[in-house]
Amino acid sequence: MENLGISFDLTVVWALILALAIYIYVVLDGFDLGLGILYPLFREKKERDLMMNSVAPVWDGNETWLVMGGGGLMAAFPLAYAIILPALYPPIIAMLLALIFRGVAFEFRWRTETRLSRKLWDGAFIGGSFIASMAQGVILGALLQGIEVEGRAYAGGWWDWLTPFTILTGLAVVAGYAFLGACWLNLKLEGEIQHRVRNMARILGLVTVGFIVLVSLATPFLIGIYWAKWFTFPQIIFTAPVPIAVAVIAIALARSLIGHGRDWLPFVLALALFGLCFLGLGISIWPHIIPPSVTLWEAAAPEKSQWFMLVGAIVLIPMILAYTGFAYWVFRGKLDPEQGYH
Amino acid sequence: MEHVLGFDALLLARIQFGFTVAFHFIFPAFTIGLASYLAVLNALWLKTGNERFLRLFRYWIKIFAITFAMGVVSGIVMSYQFGTNWSVFSDKAGPVIGPLMAYEVLTAFFLEAGFLGIMLFGRDRVGPGLHMFACLMVAVGTAISATWILSVNSWMQTPQGHIIGENGQFLPEDWWAIIFNPSFPYRLAHALTAAYLTTALVVGGVAGWHYLRGHGHNRGVRIMFSMAMWMVAVVAPLQIFIGDQHGLNTLEHQPAKVMAMEGHFESHPDGAPLILFGIPDQDAQEMRYSIEIPKASSLILKHDLNAPLAGLDTIPRENQPPVAVVFWSFRVMVALGFAMLGLGVWSLISRWRGILHTDTWLHRAALVMGPTGFIAVTAGWITTEVGRQPFTVYNILRTADSVAPLDAPAVATSLVAFILVYFAVFGSGVYFLLRLMAHPPHQGETGVEQEVGPMRAAGTVPGTADPRTGAK
Repeated sequence: MENLGISFDLTVVWALILALAIYIYVVLDGFDLGLGILYPLFREKKERDLMMNSVAPVWDGNETWLVMGGGGLMAAFPLAYAIILPALYPPIIAMLLALIFRGVAFEFRWRTETRLSRKLWDGAFIGGSFIASMAQGVILGALLQGIEVEGRAYAGGWWDWLTPFTILTGLAVVAGYAFLGACWLNLKLEGEIQHRVRNMARILGLVTVGFIVLVSLATPFLIGIYWAKWFTFPQIIFTAPVPIAVAVIAIALARSLIGHGRDWLPFVLALALFGLCFLGLGISIWPHIIPPSVTLWEAAAPEKSQWFMLVGAIVLIPMILAYTGFAYWVFRGKLDPEQGYH
Repeated sequence: MEHVLGFDALLLARIQFGFTVAFHFIFPAFTIGLASYLAVLNALWLKTGNERFLRLFRYWIKIFAITFAMGVVSGIVMSYQFGTNWSVFSDKAGPVIGPLMAYEVLTAFFLEAGFLGIMLFGRDRVGPGLHMFACLMVAVGTAISATWILSVNSWMQTPQGHIIGENGQFLPEDWWAIIFNPSFPYRLAHALTAAYLTTALVVGGVAGWHYLRGHGHNRGVRIMFSMAMWMVAVVAPLQIFIGDQHGLNTLEHQPAKVMAMEGHFESHPDGAPLILFGIPDQDAQEMRYSIEIPKASSLILKHDLNAPLAGLDTIPRENQPPVAVVFWSFRVMVALGFAMLGLGVWSLISRWRGILHTDTWLHRAALVMGPTGFIAVTAGWITTEVGRQPFTVYNILRTADSVAPLDAPAVATSLVAFILVYFAVFGSGVYFLLRLMAHPPHQGETGVEQEVGPMRAAGTVPGTADPRTGAK
């Protein structure tokens, strides 16, 4: 564990597959959760319809990556699944309940007949999106700060997850998702409303980068091994490029948002920013799956399980990416706000 | 162990899982059948060009969209609850059932979700052929999903193909044996058939309602009623046959469950009676006030009046399932099954007499039977799941040894939250569904894509007018 010794075995392959699934989840559901966070800033029904429509055909697929994350964790690292979920019981239950509210709001909204009822489900969409995002950030922070394990089970209390650090990561994810949402709307909308979301994206981009800096500064102080990774020679040679790349992407983002045109660019750069944060988190946690005590190999499923799933994953994941990409392609392009509602 | 109002964490976790899974399954029980029905309606529209089929497609797809969303969000809860509340079970059984659930996600959930958007909103964008393909993929996806999860459930009922590792985990030895465990084919057939039957009953019930409201001349109503009654007439008897086969399979592999279903506390060396009704008293280990048909149980289960049948007196008390729950839920399921058979036969007679669309009492019966599929499905699940107790993995891993090390107050809080949220949210959903169903399908029925406003992007799509109206 002194260096980032990498040996490519099945366990590592599965860790990478799961990391990919979680990354895809974070950016895809991230932008549609972000819409819910930004929702209060748009008051007119027509604008809200437009926002909903920009994700209506794809939100369900986005959320499926979360099921993949949960199911995949249970399948590939059952011990980690069995320790992390009880340890983070309150934020996980909160996330699940919040996702119920915002998920059904997509459908219920169109069925409401009174203003009050519509406001109620709009509220469910906003509250659900916010709480789900916050809970996901708290879950991330709680994992990062370490979980107390004894034998094959969680050994802490049911409020251990709540610390200033997890509140910080919770708010960071809320800001980050709102930023992704703004970049998505910048991509999908045009005219006056696009001008507004672009302004929002500028502010939210700054806030997001600020949170990245704060979380990055706080993380090395959580557990000794993190400090060693990020601030001692020779590991720093391998880890330093990550923050440097974050800075480069942040500058590129600023340029792309200050100017006009190339509406896809901020969104793509935001995806890259999230990718780098993800890489940074991975470096911190590696080679553990539950810091500071359970490694990937200790939690891994037996080889027979890993092989059985790998055969399917190699065939199916490219297919999934292909038809998911196709679905996005079908609904590509700007939404036309003039295409009336009837 | 801590208690909240006399409930310990184990019982609370069981109530929570039972509550959330029962609620969840109501939605797929409907969408599995409805996805196929929509694919059939769309195919009929493309084949015949008869606008009525498109109208019905649009009518039911609005109902489908809401139900599907509720199924998705309540399903996400399930995929995490194994870990939050049954972490020891997940740790031990994860290497066996985890990969099956991962395959469910990879082969089914993504397929459904990936094509759902196109099915709901994409008709004008991708053209009729691809849209039909999307409808098929969604329908196939729902069935694949059921296949994997029922394999998991069946393995928990009739585990095989594994060894127990040194760390206490179930380790896979033979995947074929695990997936195709003894109860899987029967359970799969029984559950899928139940889903199709449930959907047919809902469609028939909605049509029945519209007949009674004076819309008997509405062609859409007539078509859906006729289709639904054909389905009930064919599938209800089939389901009773499959159920019987499933029961025989259970007798072979999980005899204690069948003893509880039958209410047989005592062994019967020369022919067991069929207990129609009675009050099971598990503490006294006897059936009170029972109404019996002598030797009929042996006839049904062994096809021999005098065949011996063992009773719960051969099962240690600590390994017996809760008899009263299993006994009664089984009776509810069977009674409803025969009522469905009755509806199917009745519809055939009315059809033969040419009064299918005017038989008001049939329409009333169809309306009353409309929701019974959900009740029967739930009762069936209670029978098989409670009948597996006190084990999670039958005869190997006890439920009490499967539960997560959570404090009772934590589980009590989440349970209350689930109950409140589920009744509020899914109650509203059912209200919206009933509102949609209360309107008959009408000319110019709009689908989802027109309703939700501007789905069409400006200027990026080649003109894809409806081939039926545009090209001809």
